[in-house]
This record gives sequence, structure tokens and C-alpha cells, in this order.
Amino acid sequence: MIKITKRNKKSIIKILVFFFAIASFSTLLIYAFSKNMVYFYTPSQIVNQEAPVNTFIRVGGMVKNESVIRSKNNLKVSFIIHDTEKEINIIYEGILPDLFAEGQGVVMTGKLISDNNFLADEVLAKHDENYMPPEVADMMKNKNMDLYKK
Amino acid sequence: MNISKIANLKFFYIKTQKISFFLSIFTLVLFIIGIYWGLYIAPEDYLQGNSYRIMYVHVPAAWLSLQTYIIMAVTGFIALVWKIKIMEITSIQCAPIGAFFTIIALVTGMIWGKPTWGTYWVWDARLTSELILLFLYVGIIVLYSAFNDKRQAVKITSLLAIVGLINIPIIHYSVEWWNTLHQGPTVTKFDKPSAHITMLLPLLYMFIVFNIYFLTVIIKRVRLGIYMREKNNKWMEEYLND
Repeated sequence: MIKITKRNKKSIIKILVFFFAIASFSTLLIYAFSKNMVYFYTPSQIVNQEAPVNTFIRVGGMVKNESVIRSKNNLKVSFIIHDTEKEINIIYEGILPDLFAEGQGVVMTGKLISDNNFLADEVLAKHDENYMPPEVADMMKNKNMDLYKK
Repeated sequence: MNISKIANLKFFYIKTQKISFFLSIFTLVLFIIGIYWGLYIAPEDYLQGNSYRIMYVHVPAAWLSLQTYIIMAVTGFIALVWKIKIMEITSIQCAPIGAFFTIIALVTGMIWGKPTWGTYWVWDARLTSELILLFLYVGIIVLYSAFNDKRQAVKITSLLAIVGLINIPIIHYSVEWWNTLHQGPTVTKFDKPSAHITMLLPLLYMFIVFNIYFLTVIIKRVRLGIYMREKNNKWMEEYLND
């Protein structure tokens, strides 16, 4: 059916060499830029001072339960985000996305103003990969509650 | 030597005329069923409500944008090495279809992103690498049209397609390698999928429908490609005059 002649072999080798040259080049490039390709830092990274200070960075984590404090007469809001290990305070003024809620994942753009206070310019909700009907979600919640009681 | 190749194109062109017509109708019917299933029968999401339903177009389109690219690169490789005409045509005709899937995936993602994330666009690894995929497709289309000798053109575009293959694992694993705003994979992970079965089934169904759609369109486009190359040949004139 398909024969591999000497000429075919030559061109296959040429293509493969070209491919692997460019592949290894871009792998090294991506590896070198890996740190900059991180879309956001986690609270642990910030507490461990791995994130740059006084420049615009992004921070992502879960909103801590019962930590959201809203101002009564303007759009100012403050809350705590955590990644189950460390937590930092977020200060923000503006409209929050629909999916923003306690226990939800969020990503913020802004500046660190002190060791664990973050002034956010923008708050985005991060969605997880779970999809289920509301009845199933209720069932799972009840199950967790039962486990909690035991 | 040449006779068998032309015969091959001729064989394909004549045999697929009826098939391509029936496939189009088949695809349309399957698509309407899938849309009805996804948009009306599937339950609401506990968190997002109805807006999650855009995934029934977004996710298959994104998968197909990667799959089409792989097909384009593989057929391009065969065309480069064995100089098989029908593979040359298939490879280049994949590009506009893949670009279309990529645009669908990007636009539906943006429409979904605004209410869910709070923004249309972010420069995270997943979104950026998918945009690069669109540029690769567009680059291949433009490069192909820049050459007068189309057989020469396919050599260059196939090589570009093979090199661009590096982007495919980057797109797929971007959500796992880096912190991204885009969520991780729902279906293609090692433990069981994180979507409820009533929501997962229509998604898998839509994936199959998109594949059949791809098959329909690639057959039509390859026929077009054969026509463009062979329109001055005897057999084509004879066939069209019949």
C-alpha cells in the first residue's frame, strides 16, 4: 500500500528534526516564562512573599465564609480570601460579579498595600468544573451536613 | 503513475456527491435534536442557572478546534512525505473549518465569561493559547493564498501546521500547568467527570454531532478543492457535462 522509499525517509527525518528543533525551543521558552504565565498568585505565595510588592498583580482564592463586610452607603466591600492554608484581606470598591459569594473562588487585580492587605481594582469570579442540577446540589449539601453532625 | 492519482480524485469526487447531500440533512436533524436536548431538557445548573447551557456549543467547538488542527497536521505530514494529492487538499481545507470552530469557541466563551467571571476577556494561559490557535489557522489560510503554485503552497502550510502542533498540548494542559481563570477539565480527567449525568449526556451527544458536522463540511470542501484543481482536466469537464 504505502511504501517508504529512501526519498520518503529523508523527508520524514527532515520534518522531524525541524519539528523537534522548534518544539524544544518553545518548550524552553515556556519553561523560562513559566513564572510570568501564572495568571494569579495564591494567598500562601503572598504570605511567603513570593509575589512582587507595589506592582499590579492578581490574587486568587476562596472567599472565606462570613467574612464579607459591605458598606451601607457606598460600594465599598471588604472580605477575606484563603487557600485553606493562609488568608489575606481584600479591600474593593465597585460592582461584584453575579457568581461572587462566600465560599466561591475569585480572582482580583490590584496592589498589595501591606503584608496581607490587598487593594483590588477588579474582582472576577472563578468558576469550577462542577456542573449539577440544583436538586443534586441540595442532596450533596444535606449529605455533607449529616457527615458534619456525626 | 499520475493516472492512479487523478483517478483517485475522480473517484472521490463522483462517489461523494450523494453522500455529502445526505450527510448535510442528517447533520441538521441531529443538531436540532442536540440543541433541544441541551437548551430545554437538560436541567438548570445549581450555581449558574441557565447560562451554563452555552457549554453545549462552546465545549464541542473547542474540542473540534483542536481535533481539526491535529487532522490538518497529520494529513499535511502525509502530503509532505508521500505527495498524495487528496491529502494535500484535505490538509489545507481543514484550516477554514478549524478557524470557524475556534472563533465559535472564543465568542461563546466571551459571552459566557461576561456574566460568570465579570469580564469578556482575560489574558490567562487557556484563552491566550486558544487565540494563538486562531492566528495559526488564519496564518495558514493567508500563506496558502499567497502562492500561485498551490502544490508548493501546501508544502509550506503543511510544515507550518506540523510546527504549530506544539500549541495543542499547551492549550489542553494550560489549565493544569498554570493558575488560570478558566476552570479545569470537566470531562477529560482521570477520575469520573464532574458534570451530572443528565448534563453530561447531551454534551457528549453534541460532541458526536460536531464530529459528523466536521465530516460533512470536510467532504464538501475537499470536493471543492478537487474541483479547483481539476476544473481544466478532461474528466471534470466530461463529468459536469453529463
